[in-house]
Amino acid sequence: MNKISIRNLSLTYSDGTQPLKNISFDIPANQISVIFGPAGGGKSSLLRTLNRLNDLTDLKYQEGSVLLDGREVLDPALDVIQLRRQVGMVFARPVVLPFSIQKNLTYGLEVAGETNKDYLLDVVESSLKKAALWDEVKDRLADPAIALSGGQQQRLCLARVLALEPEVVLLDEPTSGLDPISTGKVEESLQDLKSEYTIILVPHSIQQAARTADQAIFLLQGELIEVNRGDLIFTNPQDTRTQDYIQGRFG
Amino acid sequence: MMNHPGRYLFARGPERVIMTRDTRETLDSKIRELNNAIIELATIVEEAILGSVSALAERDITNAKAIYDEDKNINEKRFEIERQALIIVATQQPMATDLRRLSSIIDIAGELERIGDYAKGIARIAMRLGEDPPLRQLVNIPKMAEMTADMLHRGIDAFVNLDEEAGMAIPKEDDQIDVLYNLDYQELLELMIHDRDNIDRATFHLWVAHNLERAADRVTNICERTVFTTSGKLIEFDRADDETDAF
Repeated sequence: MNKISIRNLSLTYSDGTQPLKNISFDIPANQISVIFGPAGGGKSSLLRTLNRLNDLTDLKYQEGSVLLDGREVLDPALDVIQLRRQVGMVFARPVVLPFSIQKNLTYGLEVAGETNKDYLLDVVESSLKKAALWDEVKDRLADPAIALSGGQQQRLCLARVLALEPEVVLLDEPTSGLDPISTGKVEESLQDLKSEYTIILVPHSIQQAARTADQAIFLLQGELIEVNRGDLIFTNPQDTRTQDYIQGRFG
Repeated sequence: MMNHPGRYLFARGPERVIMTRDTRETLDSKIRELNNAIIELATIVEEAILGSVSALAERDITNAKAIYDEDKNINEKRFEIERQALIIVATQQPMATDLRRLSSIIDIAGELERIGDYAKGIARIAMRLGEDPPLRQLVNIPKMAEMTADMLHRGIDAFVNLDEEAGMAIPKEDDQIDVLYNLDYQELLELMIHDRDNIDRATFHLWVAHNLERAADRVTNICERTVFTTSGKLIEFDRADDETDAF
């Protein structure tokens, strides 16, 4: 089943550059879809379109359609706050709030009006468990989050997104600053999470793309070049441009 | 709409990607080295096939022994290729054609080692029969050996040059080797029926012919790897003489 359907999506910034040119593909539910390609290819622009973060950039106009469960994401009348709860995002650099570990997780819900203490404690535990961080922090939930290691902070950011019970999780190079062990933990937790969520990942390397992708989408200079199953695209790409890129044969 | 000049919350990457063709020089040179190692190993195996059969024909026990001993070297070279290929996979993280090529190199090194084992088997028979009076003038067996060695040579060339067309064509020649094998089989049966004293030596000759027939089959496997490397397709060439219906 497709969670998101993107049809003929084009973006143009006010300086005339086009980060996305007539992109169409589907994102299946409960899979990890990996969007990869060289810098400037449109990966982050595409990711930010899915939860309307592009509203905050100098976007001149956008065309086409992005349907989330059949509902138009680009509709100006859409409740963007609600959309961003439904489509959460984890960024390349972990940004922890200057609070305790626990408060980092409950803050969003509290701001949204949640006051049930038991529910909030449940969310802390369940979201930390889903982000594979619970065992490491369960005895020090009141400690400042800033004291966590980089890998732990990034998993806390993932837990914070999960605390809001999204349906789709966007991750923009979430492990680019992490060591291999922390990277492995994040990747493993994504594998566990996909049964509940639809995951869309911009990887920080081709190897990460190959390790994680159920579906892989190759973007080059704003164009969609190839969409295929991850296990096929990295062993037998169909387009020579995909082949050249994943073999590291252009720079 | 949605135009907020001056609010760049996210840096945007370069708009152009400059394409070049030599960004994987290290990987390319390592693959070249491995291709050369495959050629070197194939050359030794080719000579072992031809040498073992000529030692049998000429009843040359010394040469047969030398070829028998050479097998250790063949095995070591196969393992060295495998080790190097794994190091490249680990350190260069190849993808797509590069990855398939390295996987094929590991596979082909194994096929060459097995062909080397067939040559070793023939050499052992040559050592054993060198003491006995000759059974017959060898005709079909040396022809089979030459054809197998030639197929092997061109099969390896096709792989190294990623020549899919040749990779598809060479396995068809296997039929001619099967024809010779069947002729020899008939001849040896007649020798056994004619004189019981021939049975021991004729059986050994039959093993030699069988080894050559199997060696040619392994060339077919090598060609399958060439096609896999170039196209990504895993195919099996039809063989009337597959192990299951060889007899």
